[in-house]
Amino acid sequence: MKTLSKERRYETLSYLPPLTDQQIAKQIEYMIDQGFIPAVEFEEDPKPTDHHWTLWKLPLFQARSAQDVLNEVRECRSEYSNSYIRVIGFDNIKQCQMVSFIVHKPSNSRRY
Amino acid sequence: MVQTKSSAGFKAGVQDYRLTYYTPDYTPKDTDLLAAFRVTAQPGVPPEEAGAAVAAESSTGTWTTVWTDGLTDLDRYKGRCYDIEPIPGEDNQFFAFIAYPLDLFEEGSVTNMLTSIVGNVFGFKALRALRLEDLRVPVAYLKTFQGPPHGITVERDKLNKYGRPLLGCTIKPKLGLSAKNYGRAVYECLRGGLDFTKDDENINSQPFMRWRDRFLFVQEAIEKAQAETNEIKGHYLNVTAPTLEQMMERAEFAKEIGTPIIMHDYLTGGFTANTTLARWCRSNGLLLHIHRAMHAVIDRQKNHGMHFRVLAKCLRMSGGDHLHSGTVVGKLEGERGITMGFVDLMREDYIEEDRSRGIFFTQDWASMPGVMPVASGGIHVWHMPALVEIFGDDSCLQFGGGTLGHPWGNAPGATANRVALEACIQARNEGRSLAREGNDVIREACRWSPELAAACELWKEIKFEFEAMDTL
Repeated sequence: MKTLSKERRYETLSYLPPLTDQQIAKQIEYMIDQGFIPAVEFEEDPKPTDHHWTLWKLPLFQARSAQDVLNEVRECRSEYSNSYIRVIGFDNIKQCQMVSFIVHKPSNSRRY
Repeated sequence: MVQTKSSAGFKAGVQDYRLTYYTPDYTPKDTDLLAAFRVTAQPGVPPEEAGAAVAAESSTGTWTTVWTDGLTDLDRYKGRCYDIEPIPGEDNQFFAFIAYPLDLFEEGSVTNMLTSIVGNVFGFKALRALRLEDLRVPVAYLKTFQGPPHGITVERDKLNKYGRPLLGCTIKPKLGLSAKNYGRAVYECLRGGLDFTKDDENINSQPFMRWRDRFLFVQEAIEKAQAETNEIKGHYLNVTAPTLEQMMERAEFAKEIGTPIIMHDYLTGGFTANTTLARWCRSNGLLLHIHRAMHAVIDRQKNHGMHFRVLAKCLRMSGGDHLHSGTVVGKLEGERGITMGFVDLMREDYIEEDRSRGIFFTQDWASMPGVMPVASGGIHVWHMPALVEIFGDDSCLQFGGGTLGHPWGNAPGATANRVALEACIQARNEGRSLAREGNDVIREACRWSPELAAACELWKEIKFEFEAMDTL
């Protein structure tokens, strides 16, 4: 029997071991196949009710492949390595956000 | 006539109905409300007469002619039986299709609509049994309803949760916990990774736990779990109450303490109460979870009552953000095609007629928000791949025993479910088939999640295999 430790989470896919870039690319590929518009956002110390994190550039309307998006994630990661970073996806037909998953936690990430 | 039971009088009455209310040449208008009834007539009553009788008794007709009929325009107000369809394999049953003019119903009132369509007619003596299979609600009438307070997309935005089903759990034992002990059970579930916990439908305000105490301890649990996990949490606080005033008092208090979602039982509570609460929820920003106690009394018998797809449509009109819809895989029944038929009617905007899934009419919801289906009852981690495959992202999966029954307790139980869910989502998005490889996906995640491994160890032998009652 084990007591569950207290740990901060960041919504979808945050209960999995940290995703490798290859795994991130597959999730992005799925999103692009669904016709969603990818974007990257980051925040230094996000609260659970922070609906908006800071947008990295603009949504990647022109992205044709997972690699295009992954390059932006890497760039964002090197510039804001102290921030949490997530990839999100918009559906312009349903006019809403459809996807959000965490792709980077800072190395000093708080365990509560 | 019909009520005198004399054979001569009975015939005369039925003939009258057919002459006025059976109109096979009628083309339904876009503004008509359409109904499909499964009719079981008394022996000797021909289908046209029985169908016309249903149309009459659920609209303008009464058992005898009255002189004041002459002061109104019957053609403008009468329901019409416009089609009769035999049911293969059933000698004495048939489908009767009935069109009702829009003016028969008060705007925005599910109560009024049902009082007409499934009112006195169900006790009508010319019928042995009657069942309302489906309703087509015209856009003109739908637009007089508010519908769900928020709907699926707004709920996701409020909760910050995307790309996966939501996870919940009903706190057990369903009756008898003190408010503080109850709050602890809620906290443990939420900190472990569930999005929601739920009051059992029986929990209102009993001697062992009064509502106000429960609300306060639960809210403390929500806030603590939210601060620790950094994710938004909620608990469906049941505001179902003996009177409308008491219901609203509980809802107002829930808002005052800042809770995100409340709950109502729409059939036992009633449609007037439910519609009142749904409108209040939109005005005050609370999500509304709807339980369906008593539905099986109405929908389970194949030849009597109303099919759940009608009750689900009525709820979408009356208003609710979540509605229990069965699991397909768990301990409660529900055949997959039929269940997914009414799940589509709950959450999609435009649903085509599809008789193989029990959908009798094409339904256009005209942008009314969608209701999130809730799959709850008898499910555990091994069901997760099937649930994700069947319900997709826009659903709420509720593991009661499947969380609280974990050998290490609620929090690890919750983590086991969350890990299983996210492993399935990841695998599905990577293009793996959950139907074929689901068990492998769960087993792989067990290697790095001891909480999931413990759950899989406990529940691997459990199976639920009953034959579904709800067949076409």
